[in-house]
Amino acid sequence: MSANTIAIPSEAPVRPLTLRLHEWVTTVDHKRLGILYIGYALIFLAMGGIEATIMRVQLIRPHNDFVSPEVFNRMFTMHGTTMIFFVAMPMVFGFANYLVPLMIGARDMAFPRLNAFSFWMTALGGIFLYFSFFGGDGLYGAGSAPDVGWFAYAPLTAKTFSVGHSTDFWTLSLLSSGIGSIGTAINIIATTLCMRCPGMTLGRMPLFVWLSLVMAALVILAISPLSAAQIMLMVDRYLGGHFFDTQAGGSAVIWMHFFWVFGHPEVYVLALPAFAFASEIIPVFSRKAIFGYPVMVLATIAIGFIGMSVWAHHMFTVGMTAGANAFFVLSTMAIAVPTGIKIFNWLATMWGGKLRLATPMLFCVAFLFQFLIAGLTGVTLAVAPFDWQLSNSYYVVAHFHYVIVGGILFCIFAAFYYWFPKFSGKMYDEALGKWHFWLFVIGFHLTFDFMHVPGILGMPRRIYTYEPGRGWDIWNLIVTIGVAFQAAGVLVFAANLIWSYLRGKRAGNDPWDAWTLEWSTPSPPPAYNYAVIPTVRSRRPLWDLKHPEDPDWRYE
Amino acid sequence: MSPTSIFAPVSTPAESIFGVSVFVLQTVAGIFVVVCALLAYAVWKFRAHGSSKNEPAQIYGSTQVELAWTVIPILIVVTLFLATTRVILEVQNAPRAANAMDVIVTGHQYWWEFHYPGLNIVTANELHVPVSDPAHPTPTFLTLLSADTDHSFWVPRLAGKTDLIPNHPNQMWIDPHETGLFLGQCAQYCGTQHAKMLLRVYVQPREEFERWVREQQQMPETDASDGKRVFESTACVNCHTVAGTAAKGRFGPDLTHLMTRETIAAGAAPNTPDLLRLWIKNPDAIKPGSKMPAMGLSDQDANAVTAYLETLR
Repeated sequence: MSANTIAIPSEAPVRPLTLRLHEWVTTVDHKRLGILYIGYALIFLAMGGIEATIMRVQLIRPHNDFVSPEVFNRMFTMHGTTMIFFVAMPMVFGFANYLVPLMIGARDMAFPRLNAFSFWMTALGGIFLYFSFFGGDGLYGAGSAPDVGWFAYAPLTAKTFSVGHSTDFWTLSLLSSGIGSIGTAINIIATTLCMRCPGMTLGRMPLFVWLSLVMAALVILAISPLSAAQIMLMVDRYLGGHFFDTQAGGSAVIWMHFFWVFGHPEVYVLALPAFAFASEIIPVFSRKAIFGYPVMVLATIAIGFIGMSVWAHHMFTVGMTAGANAFFVLSTMAIAVPTGIKIFNWLATMWGGKLRLATPMLFCVAFLFQFLIAGLTGVTLAVAPFDWQLSNSYYVVAHFHYVIVGGILFCIFAAFYYWFPKFSGKMYDEALGKWHFWLFVIGFHLTFDFMHVPGILGMPRRIYTYEPGRGWDIWNLIVTIGVAFQAAGVLVFAANLIWSYLRGKRAGNDPWDAWTLEWSTPSPPPAYNYAVIPTVRSRRPLWDLKHPEDPDWRYE
Repeated sequence: MSPTSIFAPVSTPAESIFGVSVFVLQTVAGIFVVVCALLAYAVWKFRAHGSSKNEPAQIYGSTQVELAWTVIPILIVVTLFLATTRVILEVQNAPRAANAMDVIVTGHQYWWEFHYPGLNIVTANELHVPVSDPAHPTPTFLTLLSADTDHSFWVPRLAGKTDLIPNHPNQMWIDPHETGLFLGQCAQYCGTQHAKMLLRVYVQPREEFERWVREQQQMPETDASDGKRVFESTACVNCHTVAGTAAKGRFGPDLTHLMTRETIAAGAAPNTPDLLRLWIKNPDAIKPGSKMPAMGLSDQDANAVTAYLETLR
């Protein structure tokens, strides 16, 4: 694609470090912001991982005293908040930021400065959260770092029960990152609707872009009530409000509704980008067009709509009426239908293909198996009576980690390996990639398969220790052993990224023989992306170029 | 065998839940086997051999098969929904039997208060209920309240959990068909010692339960002793009640019949003289972060208070 690039002298003089750092801090380039998001998420992934490890060491046997209850409670609060708001969301925003403009043949996002502002607001949120370790004591000397759980149920967050400032840092952190998330969501929507290159109708957008668009719409719908609730909580704590302050007649249940009307769509905010990665990677590594593109788009929109109406399945135990419970059973089960369509369509994409089982595809294949199980345990939890037993037990913890780790994180790893050559210009090491994959698969299954069992045997979540003799001991031991394998896998992953960036082979523009527009640019793409804005005639513009005798536009 | 397994129900709500659980588990297991086999077959059968550059046939979709894998799941969902709704109504809207016993359960930061309004009994952490003969059920209805934060009442073999939420009274019921001790614990994070907010439900034969009721209704005989004097002259009385004495606090468990309970500190330790003394002297040694403060009693006073509490039967 030499026509797409402007020749730049290859021996550019090395600029001083301060100048280069300054460029990163002041950048409005969607690719650099994407990498900032992703790098930021990786740092927090390490922190959240350390917090998880501390919890698992504590739970390795009953009556263990590795950490105090206070520390344990901070660890699960920080782990949940970190992983959702400062790992998963920045990670998917990072990839969307980098890839959406490239995939639609645009030179940047619609609002580059808003883009930078959004990233730095998110970054500020993470700093607020972790500053609580130092500033959370406030004047009271009571507790550092929030210990109210990641869904921070009222009235634990009221001044009475949460003295000091740890809850305030948590609130500020979510408010700040929420502003960033809404900014990025507006940007993604505006970019996909207004910046597509000639010929790229909505019906020809890569599925990645479609799913990012629906994700962004969900972010606006989900983060807004969360931000409103944070402001109400601040009013309660400092301005004498009584929204959630039950001692003054406030409602704890209203907080639950506010939180979960954010919290459940949030699952799809994270899952849709994972589906987006899979929808790009599986076809390329199966050497086939995605099966049933229009249905995949419709299923995505259906997930977005239904996903907004299922939130109270997190609240089956709070004493809703039978009618309300039945409604949320039905809406929750209904979401299995479009999700099932997606799994079947990926399967059909692989069917009759020629599967290249390189690292990105391995992660996607594991994703399919694991997401199938996660979806099916989700159906069991949708059965409200079964949920009366399983809610807040380790079965639920296992289920949502199956979704977030087994589903979403596996796809994120797949995306890392798939687009690393594009982002860095270097090829990753395939052997290390496979080591990462197998270590992580073993660790994941040791941890999260066996974690279902103590839940069925009556073990609630968020307990810093447990009684012996309840049949929980052996399962907790296995779960903790799995963590060691996962940690080893992540270390191999980090080593692979660093080593490949420094010493990897040049990747070239299109190492996977792929079909979407980003692979027509140099690796890494220049700041302006495209010297000449491309024109497309089908969903797979590079397929058309490579197969002029059999182009897609004849069939679409 | 785990004493807290949800798959060993002994009470109607837990049994109804178990029934629908088995149905949904069988259904999803069936789906899992079919889809998993298809996936595994596809990965095995269609993996690439060699490095031939030929692309496979491009297939863009098929309305028939896509319709099939939309309609079949819808039918499964409808079936599961109907089965679920039946059990929701069965458990949640069960008519209240005339001979049902009432217990008001109040969750406190890290212990349970049980008030039997019909029997004028207040006790803590250990719930006593009569066994219910399936032919002539004598269920127990629990009204769930909270004095502070959210809690959740969960004894897996008796029923699913229901939350105790301030300003939001809830209801649940149990009708255990077997006698014995059934364990559970708080299932909604409620603060530092959420982990040691344990629950014990003693299901007793009718006569034994009635004996327990009479025992709880009696006034304990407390002689003036050193221990009583220390107990009543420290802050103990601000939080604890001993019926018929100056101790009328409501913040902590009622101690009137402390010695009829098998455990202390909401099930965190057995009720032995040594552990009771340790609990009085230094609560953090048993349950760090519990709301009971160390009163800084001398060894002599701690012994005296322990001896006094040992008389509360």
